[in-house]
Parts: sequence; structure tokens; C-alpha cells
Amino acid sequence: MSREVILVLVFLAATLLGYRLIHAVPSLLHTPLMSGMNALSGITLLGMLAVTALAGGVIGRVAGAVGIVAATINVVSGFGVTDRMLKMFRGRGQDGEGQG
Amino acid sequence: MSDSLYYVLSAVLAVGVLYGIRLMSDVKTAARGNRFSALCMLLAIALTMARTDLRGSIAYIILGLLVGILLSVWMTVKVRMIQMPQMVGLLNGLGGLASAIAAVMTLALGAAKGGFEVVSSGLALAVGALTFSGSLVAAAKLHGLMPPKPRVLPGHSLFSALSALAMAALVVLLPLFPASAALLSLPLALLGLAFGWLFAVRVGGADMPITISLLNSTSGVAAAIAGMALGDVLLVAVGGIVGASGLLLTQIMCRAMNRSLAGVLFGRAAGPSAAPEAEPVPAEGDKPAEAPAGATLEDAKAWLEDAKSVVIIPGYGMALSQAQERVKRLQDALSAKGKGVRYAIHPVAGRMPGHMNVLLAEADVPYESLLEMDEVNPDFPDTDLALVVGANDVVNPAANTAQGTPIYGMPILEAGKAKHLVICNFDDKPGYAGVPNPLYQPRPNVLLLLGDAKDSLDKLLERV
Repeated sequence: MSREVILVLVFLAATLLGYRLIHAVPSLLHTPLMSGMNALSGITLLGMLAVTALAGGVIGRVAGAVGIVAATINVVSGFGVTDRMLKMFRGRGQDGEGQG
Repeated sequence: MSDSLYYVLSAVLAVGVLYGIRLMSDVKTAARGNRFSALCMLLAIALTMARTDLRGSIAYIILGLLVGILLSVWMTVKVRMIQMPQMVGLLNGLGGLASAIAAVMTLALGAAKGGFEVVSSGLALAVGALTFSGSLVAAAKLHGLMPPKPRVLPGHSLFSALSALAMAALVVLLPLFPASAALLSLPLALLGLAFGWLFAVRVGGADMPITISLLNSTSGVAAAIAGMALGDVLLVAVGGIVGASGLLLTQIMCRAMNRSLAGVLFGRAAGPSAAPEAEPVPAEGDKPAEAPAGATLEDAKAWLEDAKSVVIIPGYGMALSQAQERVKRLQDALSAKGKGVRYAIHPVAGRMPGHMNVLLAEADVPYESLLEMDEVNPDFPDTDLALVVGANDVVNPAANTAQGTPIYGMPILEAGKAKHLVICNFDDKPGYAGVPNPLYQPRPNVLLLLGDAKDSLDKLLERV
């Protein structure tokens, strides 16, 4: 199989699997789900690292650094605010920090 | 590192991310799932850095990572729960920006070898750019930096369609002129930015949950397509997951508002202007500011006294007035007297999916009390008291009857079926959809408390 076909198949498989799993997430948690997805969309950091490594000139490297800043913010604050929110969801009779 | 080892590790990490999402299907394990996904992401970053020859760019890469981490820590600590919609909007935009930059650099550095890679780069650039500008507009509207009202320009839909067509044409042209790929990426980026802007300026208010969900999806799709351009399996897989999640939420939001996605994308914004002239319900012109004919606060006191079951219906007005602490206090006061208090959460209440749940969780409301629309609706006829706090369209019975209005056919919380109803809203004007609410008409079992929700709740608290 060519690389292109594999990539398209991976995309389809991930989309379908993700769709099924996310369907099970209760609407109670839809806001943390979205911020969690923000964190995951920061996966583009991998792409930014790869292209920045290829860049030879200063312009390319600066552009790369800007993209890395944007993607890093997604990853770190995406997981960070999601964690903050999920810790707030407490059941009846539970006190103190969430049950993580 | 051999390629096959890399593919195996990528597959393991992608499955790990999916496992983390699976843990999010239960509120008890959700926090653990999020941390597990974060761990997989960290390993993916380490894996990429280990197998890439970072060469002379290492200083720029480390600087970028450090600045990003510092800004993130600051944002994560500072952001308030009421600001979560604009936070998610901003992060959608930054994800799009990063994917767009990755795509431009792929083209400019000649890293895209074949036609598939070049077309993928072009698509990732277009989707990333429109996600970036659309998200910034949405976040600015939510943050009050731009007027929140929908803005429709003359020929709006025409310009949207033209920019979409021009983008498609440029993406097709890219592989035909490989030498000028970098040059062609400039108009492509500008068109993407223009399309995103055109898309987001004409949505506002209650349409925001759909917009934010859709941009959440496109930020993932942009990453996945950038991954195709770079041949990075992990990027493709995780980007695809994000795209699916955003799309699913968009569908849920559209269904909850009885809107079609195409309708939101290409006009037909259910703005206030869409309200029809002839109304089945006569809207009173001027009313006294407080408690019009019908029930009085003393009636409400008796209702609160006698009620065994109470359902509270929060809306965006509760968030605006920051009344969730008061709501929790009322819940505690009623629970202390042995009354059952629950919350009815409409899927589109607030400005993003799940917004109300997060605000109430922050106010220490236990999640067992937060019910979805389908769970709670059959209970309303047996509910002694329904209390609406800053919600309007989501309880408006006109949605069932007023054909031709923007909310017609939208599923609502049937608060009007409860034995007694207290409405704490800022004013008695129609909600965002512009359709007058028949519940506001004076009736002996309905009390309308106008003004700031906090003050209205205080009045009720005094009478518990």
C-alpha cells in the first residue's frame, strides 16, 4: 500500500473510532471535552517541530518558533484547564479535591 | 530509530489517546483520562524530538516551547469558568494558526514532494487560516471585544462562496506550479482568513455553541491534513479524532436548536431580525418593572413552603449575573427542608456545549443533580415548582406552536408544565431568537421576577 493510502485510512479509522468513543461522553462533560480536544489539536506541534528542524534561514526558524508557541499553548493550557474543570465535578457527599 | 518501530510507537500512543477519551465517558474517571491523554501527548512530543535531526533550529525550538509553556501556565491559572467559551475559541484559533504555519513552511521548504503532499499542504493552510480568523472573531465576540450581534454584509453569502471557490482553485493549482508554491500560499492564506472572518461575523449570541463546536472540529481537521502533508501518522490520527469530536458536538448543537449545519454555515442566521411581524402571542408594551398581575412574592413563599420537588433551569443570564452561588444557596436551603432540588440543563443553554454544567460544578452543585433535557422533561408535570434563572428561548413554548419563527421545532424544557413557575429574568423582552415567550403572560401560577438574577434569588432566599 502506498503511503498516501495508509494516511487516508488512518484518518478514516481515527475519525470513526473517535466519533464512537466521544458519543459516550455525557453532555455534562462537553465543555471539558472541548478543551481536551483543544489540547489534542496541539498535536500539530509534532508537525511544527519537524518543519522547524528543516528550516535553514532565520525567517523560517522564527516562523517555526511562532507556530511552536501557538501549538504549545494548545497542548499545555488545553490539558491544564480541562484538569481544572474536571476536578470541580464532584458527586454528592464528596468534599475536597476531585477524585482524579 | 527505524521507521517500523516509529509506526508501532505511534499506533500505541494513538490508542492511548483514544483510551483517555474513553475514560472521559464517566465523570468519575474523566480527570484520569485527561491526564492519561496528556501523558501520551508528552511521549509523542518526546518521540518526535528524538527521531528528528533538530540541527541549528534547536535554540528556536526550545525558546518556542518555553514561551508557550509560560503563557499557558498564566492562562490556565487566570481563566475564569465564565470565560471558558472564549478560552476554547482562542485555543481553536491557535491550533488553526499552528497548522497553517506548518503547512506554509512545508510548501516553502519544498518538504512536500508529490502532488498528494502539496495538495494536502494547501488544504491544511486554507482550513488552518479560516479556523484562525473565525475563532478569533468568535472569541472576541464572546469576550466583548467585538459587538456580539450577528453582522451581515451586503452580498455576504456571495463573498463566502467566492472565497471558498477561489481557495479550492488555488489548492488545485498548487501542484501544477511547484516552483511558485510558496508564492501561491499567500493569497490562499488571505482567502482562508477572509472566509473565516465572513463565517464568524454573522453568528452571535445563541448560535455561538454551534460556531465554537464547528471551529473545534476544523482545528483538528487542519492538523490531520497537515499530518498528511508531512507523512506523520500520529498527527493524522489525533487530528482526525479532534475533527470527529467537534463534528459530533456540532451535530448535537444543531439538533438541539433544530437548525441545519448548512443553514448556520451559509446564512439564514436566526438573528433577531428574523422574527416575524405577526405573532400568535400578543406582547405587552409597557409593564410595571416588577411582578405584574398574576402571582406575587407572597404566593412564591407559599409555593416554596409546599413544594416537594423543585427543578431549576439555568440559562446564560445566570452566567452573566454570576448568580450560580445564589442558586446553590437556594438549593441548600430547600434541601435542608427535605425538598428534592434538581437542575434541568438544555444542550444549548449558555455559549458553548456543557457551559452550565461547568459553572454549577464550580459552585459545588453535585453532578447527580444536573439532568439532561430528555431525562427531566417527563418529570415536569409532577414538579411542584420550576425556577427559571436567566433562560428564555430554551423554555419558550412558542417553539412548539409558532410556525415560521427561528425557534419553531426546537426541543424545549417544558417548564411551563410545572405546577408553579418562577422566572428570574433580566427583562421581559423576547430572548435571543426574538420570539415573545407566552410564559410571561400574567397567570396565577407564574411569578415573573425581573432584574438582576442575584437580587431576584435573594428575594426568594428570604422567603424559604
